[in-house]
Amino acid sequence: MNSLIFTHTFRFIILAMFQVLVLNHINFLGYINPSLYILFILLYPLKNNRVIFIFVSFLLGLTIDMFMDSGGVHAAAAVTIAFIRPFVLKFSFGAVYDHQTMKFGNVEFGSKLTYITILTVVHQFVLYALEIFNFSKIILTLQYTLFSSIFTIILCVLTTIIFSRRNK
Amino acid sequence: MQQIINFIIRNKSFLLYLLLFSLAFVFTIQSHSYHKSKFINSANFLSGGIYNSVNNVSEYIHLEKQNELLQKENNDLKSLLYNTTDSLNRSFTDTTYSGISYKFTPAIVIKNSYSLSNNVLLLNKGRRDSIQQDFGVISSEGLVGIIDNTSKKYATVISVLNTSSQISAQLKKSNHFGSLIWNGKSPYLVQLTEIPKIAPIEIGDTIITSGRSSIFPKNIPIGTIDSFNLDTAQNYYVIHVKLFNDMTSMEHVYIIENKDSNEINKLINNTNE
Repeated sequence: MNSLIFTHTFRFIILAMFQVLVLNHINFLGYINPSLYILFILLYPLKNNRVIFIFVSFLLGLTIDMFMDSGGVHAAAAVTIAFIRPFVLKFSFGAVYDHQTMKFGNVEFGSKLTYITILTVVHQFVLYALEIFNFSKIILTLQYTLFSSIFTIILCVLTTIIFSRRNK
Repeated sequence: MQQIINFIIRNKSFLLYLLLFSLAFVFTIQSHSYHKSKFINSANFLSGGIYNSVNNVSEYIHLEKQNELLQKENNDLKSLLYNTTDSLNRSFTDTTYSGISYKFTPAIVIKNSYSLSNNVLLLNKGRRDSIQQDFGVISSEGLVGIIDNTSKKYATVISVLNTSSQISAQLKKSNHFGSLIWNGKSPYLVQLTEIPKIAPIEIGDTIITSGRSSIFPKNIPIGTIDSFNLDTAQNYYVIHVKLFNDMTSMEHVYIIENKDSNEINKLINNTNE
């Protein structure tokens, strides 16, 4: 249990630092920056205290916000996907999730991709809707959401593949 | 009463979600309104310190380009110094008698952003160096932004590339002035609005600060006119200004303190009342 807490604290710090110091400076095509830090929320243990989980996600988002001077947009987006995660889990993994036996290491790739995609798109949409904060620029919001979601999904999938191999 | 408590316990995660989301929403709204982002900003010892130590390493990468910029500025200043037409008439001001109303402080940008819709820079000077809110920030090329929050050692700057920034600017060749805003699209173009239709403008004209606010002195270069069109009411121009500054690569900047700004603001407030 303690090692689990240690692992996740470590992951929290590493992902937040990597996001702030490396990924926020990519600016691919001028504005696309992947939000890899949501991997912390995606891979949080399934058996959890939901209240603590939501609160930790909020803290993670707020940390990113503090570094980026973006008010509370990352916090809002992170807390949203933390809240809807159980529903998305049920939707994308179905029966496996209901029996409480699944582990992220041994689920099939298709449903895992669905899971990552839904949460990433929701996260990016909330993020850019709040950041641009203008209904008349809805096209711009959707455009940002689309491009940076694609980038984030690719990076998340790659990272999970790379780091899952090593564990086996 | 029992039922209310039961309801809260049953829906505690949803209620917590609502609470945290609205908290984040309040922070977001504050960051969108000018000079309100009090709580969550990068001018604190943790993020400021981390950015500072990272910048200590990464500034070496841009050293050559920054050196060239500084040399160019030195060159400009030298040519100004030695080409003054009558050196006898140069007035020697007594600095103790506040002849100088603008005080310049050099600073280094330790965090820059230009891809968001509200871009904020972080400087390595703060209250310790008597930097306060509403001081202007320029680079050797032109305008950068206005100081927002300060901590002991760091200060955040609302860059010109921020949808909530509004800076008074004018044409160099005539005195028509308007306000400089940003539409959030390109980091190389800002928009100058409220220039009346009667103003003579051409593509390539220079835009400078107007000196009508107490923040910036007059004649700080901003950029050149890239294109222009009339607004929907057909009375004012919307001018796209191409910035002299490359906002995507900033290192050495100067913070301007207007020593008379208190006096000016007090006077304006008194007149308004």
